[in-house]
Amino acid sequence: METAEPQAEVVAGTVVAPAPSAAPKRRRSETLYFAFRNRKLLLGLSVVFFMLLVALVGPMLTDRDPFEFYDQLGQPPSKDHWLGTTAPGQDVFAQFVYGLRASFIVGAVAGCVAAAIGMAVGFAGGYRGGVVDEILSMLTNVVLVIPTIAVLIVVSAYLSVGSLFSEALLIGLTSWPWAARAIRAQTFSLASRDFVSLARLSGQSGWKIVVKEIAPNMSSYLFLTFILLFGSSVLIAATLDFLGLGPPEVMSLGQMLNVAVSNSALQLSMWWWFIAPGVGITAIVAGLYVMNVGLDEVFNPRLRQT
Amino acid sequence: MSRYLARKIVIYLLTFFVAVTIDWAIPRLMPGDPVSGLISRLQTDPTAAQEMHGYFTESFGLDQPLWKQYLNFWLGLAHGDLGPSIAYVGSSVSELIWAALPYTLALLVPAILLSYIAGNRIGAMAARRKVLDNTVLPVSYVLTATPYMWLALVLAYVLAFRWQIFPVSGAYDFSLQPEWTWEFARSFLSHWFLPFLTLFLVSFGGWAIGMRNLIIYELEADYANYLQALGAPNKLVRKYAYRNAVLPQMSGLALALGVVVGGALVTEIVFGYPGIGSLIITAIQNRDYFLLQGIFLFIIVGVLIANFIVDIAYVIVDPRTRTGLLGS
Repeated sequence: METAEPQAEVVAGTVVAPAPSAAPKRRRSETLYFAFRNRKLLLGLSVVFFMLLVALVGPMLTDRDPFEFYDQLGQPPSKDHWLGTTAPGQDVFAQFVYGLRASFIVGAVAGCVAAAIGMAVGFAGGYRGGVVDEILSMLTNVVLVIPTIAVLIVVSAYLSVGSLFSEALLIGLTSWPWAARAIRAQTFSLASRDFVSLARLSGQSGWKIVVKEIAPNMSSYLFLTFILLFGSSVLIAATLDFLGLGPPEVMSLGQMLNVAVSNSALQLSMWWWFIAPGVGITAIVAGLYVMNVGLDEVFNPRLRQT
Repeated sequence: MSRYLARKIVIYLLTFFVAVTIDWAIPRLMPGDPVSGLISRLQTDPTAAQEMHGYFTESFGLDQPLWKQYLNFWLGLAHGDLGPSIAYVGSSVSELIWAALPYTLALLVPAILLSYIAGNRIGAMAARRKVLDNTVLPVSYVLTATPYMWLALVLAYVLAFRWQIFPVSGAYDFSLQPEWTWEFARSFLSHWFLPFLTLFLVSFGGWAIGMRNLIIYELEADYANYLQALGAPNKLVRKYAYRNAVLPQMSGLALALGVVVGGALVTEIVFGYPGIGSLIITAIQNRDYFLLQGIFLFIIVGVLIANFIVDIAYVIVDPRTRTGLLGS
């Protein structure tokens, strides 16, 4: 392994190598064949899908509003309130399912934004090289060192974020650097291959080569990057919401934890208040990570034997 | 070696410059002027508000041209002046941060170092060993996906509240004063343990996964196969693999810092630990922007220094950087 760009590979705790290029038709069925036999992929996928299902169907199962106060205060789970109620009398189940929904939305939007910026910066730097690459690398390195959470705390404190979408946008705008770096390294190695030189000789424009030749050859890699960005965005959003910097009118899992801590759910021994939101976040993120490893093995034959 | 470090230093100086500029620009870029926002939150009557508006605008130097404001900001920074705190009336921002910093560092430094060492060791052990791998890997994935504040809550609930092995909140017993006595040290340690454990466990997961994957990768490399073909004992092959795998893990350490710092902030809040995290939550709740901005700068500087230390360690561990082979 080259040590020149080792960060790209460890950032998410997984080693990802470029997928081999084979005949597309055979590869698809082969990929599916390995996909259905990969236990990690199946496990991660089913956890994520189960949580997604709860997030989609859950709000329909309950007619309770996550912000409304009911007359049972601080009750443990019962037939009436499936996950119990908070100290002021809100329904934990309703909060949980709406919060899950918010987590998925933030993760998807922030993941897309970060992936888009990361791809733009990575492709441009890796393919163009030269001064463009120097400047973009410098920019990436600078943003990389500044802790995302510190910037987000200050910015969202001033902005008083009002919607899920703007929260997701902010997270996406700050969490792209490692993706840009990883994509740049991949692009760099692909750009010197014969088929890219051939495309260049045939007079295609730079962006066309990137879109038609380079990106498809690292599509699996890009997809894995997106999954990791998705997972980390869910965690960052939870931290922001926990600090009370998320959109106040949108119920989120982080906000549930925030309210639980500030209302001393611990001292009141009300475990049902804070267990569910944490399990939700952990399940989504762990599911995504495990799915990522599984996919990695599917796309990359070298990792399959394990 | 000097080229490698020089390049890094340039990046860090640039980052510091960018961070200070962001810190200065954020309040000025946001919609509405910060002084009105500040006064409306203080909730005074209109006539007094008018006067306060003039007073604050002048005392913050907001009536001066922008370039001068920017210059003043740097000058103030050079004198260690980060402005007054709004939440803690009568204290300056830098005073508050300096008082809270030791607590945060006492959590962060041991948690980072120990989780790094333990995660690497155990991750390396787990690689290509069926039983250990099947236990360490799933646990690590769950740990690394756990939000810090939630693990803190669960640990506090089980160990502090249910079983009452550790105290729930604070940094030491209320009846004690910080001093060099055994009693205080014991109290401090028992309060310190749970927040430390939270940070340790979550970071541990990430390191273990990373190391396990890297070792597998290294064991497949040609040099490892060659060594094995020569009949070298497994232990030796693994030793070489470890040496190579540690390098990318070290680069990862610099990147993971931001995440752990964020984790420390929320963990402190759960345990009511009097560090930077507790300052942040007070600052957010009281809209104390000076304090938030000051903390932002402190976090950036701290992360930059830590990055630099990691870089120096990298040079020591990787001989190639010393001979200039890895200059770019």
